[in-house]
Amino acid sequence: MMNAPRVESVVPYAPAVAVPPWKKAAFAVAITLACGLPFLLSDYTLFQSGQVCSYAIALLGLNILTGYNGQISLGHSAFYAAGGYTTAILIDRFGFAYGWTVPASGALCFAVGFLFGLPALRLAGTYLALATFALALSVPQILKHFGEWTGGTQGMVVPKPDAPPMLHLNSDQWIYYLTLGCLLLLMLVAWNLLRGRIGRAIVAIRDNPVASQALGINNALYKTLCFGLSAAYTGVAGSLAALSVGFVSPDSFTALLSITLLVGVVVGGLASIAGAVLGAIFIQFMPSAAYEISKAAPWAIYGVSLIICMYAMPGGAASLLTNVWRRAARRFR
Amino acid sequence: MSALLELRCVEAFYGRTKALHGLDLEVREGGITALLGANGAGKSTVLRAVCGMIPTRGQILFAGTSIAGKAPEEIARCGIAHVPEGRATFGSLTVEENLRLGAYVRKDRSNLPSDFKRIYATFPVLFQRRRQAAGTLSGGEQQMLAVARALLLRPRLLLLDEPSLGVAPLVTAEIFRVVSELNKGSGVSVLLVEQNAPLALDLAQTAYLLETGRVVASGPSGMLKEDEAIRRAYLGY
Amino acid sequence: MDALLQQIVSGLATGGIYAAVALSLVMTYVATNAVNFAQGEMAMFSTFLAWAFIQSGMNYWVAFFVTLAISFVGGVAIERTVLRPLERAPVLAITIVTIGLLAIFNSMAGWIFDYTVRPFPSPFSASPIRLGGVVLSSHSVGSLAVTLGLIAAVYLLFRHTPLGLAMRAAAQYPMASRLVGIRVGWMLALGWGFAATIGAVAGMLIAPVLFLDPNMMGGILIYAFASATLGGFTSPVGAVVGGFLVGIIENLAGTYIRFIGTDLKLTVALAIIVLVLIVKPSGLFGRPQAHQA
Repeated sequence: MMNAPRVESVVPYAPAVAVPPWKKAAFAVAITLACGLPFLLSDYTLFQSGQVCSYAIALLGLNILTGYNGQISLGHSAFYAAGGYTTAILIDRFGFAYGWTVPASGALCFAVGFLFGLPALRLAGTYLALATFALALSVPQILKHFGEWTGGTQGMVVPKPDAPPMLHLNSDQWIYYLTLGCLLLLMLVAWNLLRGRIGRAIVAIRDNPVASQALGINNALYKTLCFGLSAAYTGVAGSLAALSVGFVSPDSFTALLSITLLVGVVVGGLASIAGAVLGAIFIQFMPSAAYEISKAAPWAIYGVSLIICMYAMPGGAASLLTNVWRRAARRFR
Repeated sequence: MSALLELRCVEAFYGRTKALHGLDLEVREGGITALLGANGAGKSTVLRAVCGMIPTRGQILFAGTSIAGKAPEEIARCGIAHVPEGRATFGSLTVEENLRLGAYVRKDRSNLPSDFKRIYATFPVLFQRRRQAAGTLSGGEQQMLAVARALLLRPRLLLLDEPSLGVAPLVTAEIFRVVSELNKGSGVSVLLVEQNAPLALDLAQTAYLLETGRVVASGPSGMLKEDEAIRRAYLGY
Repeated sequence: MDALLQQIVSGLATGGIYAAVALSLVMTYVATNAVNFAQGEMAMFSTFLAWAFIQSGMNYWVAFFVTLAISFVGGVAIERTVLRPLERAPVLAITIVTIGLLAIFNSMAGWIFDYTVRPFPSPFSASPIRLGGVVLSSHSVGSLAVTLGLIAAVYLLFRHTPLGLAMRAAAQYPMASRLVGIRVGWMLALGWGFAATIGAVAGMLIAPVLFLDPNMMGGILIYAFASATLGGFTSPVGAVVGGFLVGIIENLAGTYIRFIGTDLKLTVALAIIVLVLIVKPSGLFGRPQAHQA
């Protein structure tokens, strides 16, 4: 019938299979390379690489919610901001050690995300996009308004952490390793979660909520947990980013950041863990390169990427690479 | 009488499931043809295949030209009016708006006022309820509305899918009477899908008996009515 | 009392703009089942085109109507090329594509016309109008008149023309519409065309007030979202009523609630969106959508 129901998911779910050896090798190489970067790159490029790691954590979070669970969010800049400001305020007003602020951000954002997920249960796709967009838009204004806590329009300084004296690293290198370490840990957690029973439940809810409910999955619980977890990841990312940049201000956390994160997830690959890193590389390095061409170029490229990905590569860069490698591997067998 | 509608070796699919298997069928110009069979035999599927609502393979010819693969709206514009199962009335629009949409593609708009008069005369209840939302009408009234709307297209071929379903016998009889008069008067050809076999065989000149997507018997309706074996096996009486 | 009336009337004037953009949002929503995040940027781009025509010496009203025609064709073209292949795609995909369009239109405007803020002419005189104790700029009154005229035209189209009837049927009952011969795809494309045209009118009416730059419609879009949410995304009447209500609420809240002042004005729109979505997602006039938890 012409009135066939809409396709329910953008990316079909690939069942958990044993990780092929080429993937394991690729990961090992990537991790080794990542660990060696502080000794290969200039300070600024290292800083950017650290930002890539933070973005990757945020994209992992957004992916859990939007890619795997199908709940669109245009509001994740709010959680990124929450993470950054939690760190800033805890260090500045309460004298916390920087190390504790990261899990604190995670916990706080989990709670906020979970609470936001409750009313979100009643909102279908488009309305959820609107509600989260409204959330993202309100953040800079709210941050500016509560100036005594947030430093208002000027923002707040976040002192850069010093490396433990036994490792002979400078601040920048230390914060890079910290971020990288968190990224690897959180990737492992996400990977384990998503390939197991919980992951299948989450995807089942995305693809067919009626069926999943009928199968005994508590849709409401899983959906709100996804929101919470997603927010927690993004909060941690914001926290680490703040420590790296050394500064938080309301205008760094506009709705445009939410859209940027969405671009990262779409281009990197919805429902893909490796995609989070690929997407993060894209959103960190493409704009500065494109800016050389024209002030308008970065967003034009973002827009075109979004559309192309929805048409040609719903699986994003991650699926493209997988396909290319598979085809190459087949030829060499 | 030549064939107005011809199906040759037609297969039809719902997704990847094949529902019609190499079906051959014909509706003669000016005739009424009935499609009979049990539930799930594929009767409605034939109508949907003709209208382009589902993917098909094989030849579907209307007045000699192929309509297979065309979009439903183009097929409607060729002069085929389909009254589907469930009637497909525009529930939130008024009866009058429903009827006007039936005539939407008509090029001879000057004939519309007289057509409307005739429809309202044939179905007085539609005139009474012309400003009511179609969704508030009873089952039988909606069926009359669906048929009336199809007639306003001034179709050459009328496809009727289970007009008696969920409708009181008096209303069914009235609809069948209207269709019969229309066929005799204006020569509109009809392809009728019905589970109520005796009623259908009384109205139609030719009938096809379907079972799981295939034609198992066909011929003049008189012959099918007489054949005891067929009657008992397929028509339930 | 006069001050209150003043605020209400000027709220109506801006409300008219919100109503127009909200009406566009409803028309595209009904056609594609997703909110068109690019509606504001499309309107902004149309306004830039008008500006370019006027700069080249064209008479204001000629430029106005030429822009409307181009916007109409553009809207139809976008629906047919970019959105039609995604007819059966998930709402998420369509939403992402409209966000992509937002980015593209914004950057195209920035690239072709650059980011400097520039003035846009108003066709109405500069002298204010006095009605009793209320003082209004001619532009506000003129804007309101144009938007009311536009809304009336849309109403006439949908309620009293065969085309409007076919468009309504195509949006709500696509299959049944096909069976009576309506080319549903083109009806939806026309919906986008009209939406783009209405947006262009709104853009050209607000540009003299806000000044023209690529980011001009950002705030307006949010208010339009609030209006459509309040009125109901499936209801054109709702969009219009919502628009005027939001205009009045925004003005009154900004003036009388000191906590809000001028910087948190946008928060009023956001609060409206969130409140409506929590209490009654389908809005005042919208049809409740079937939803699974």
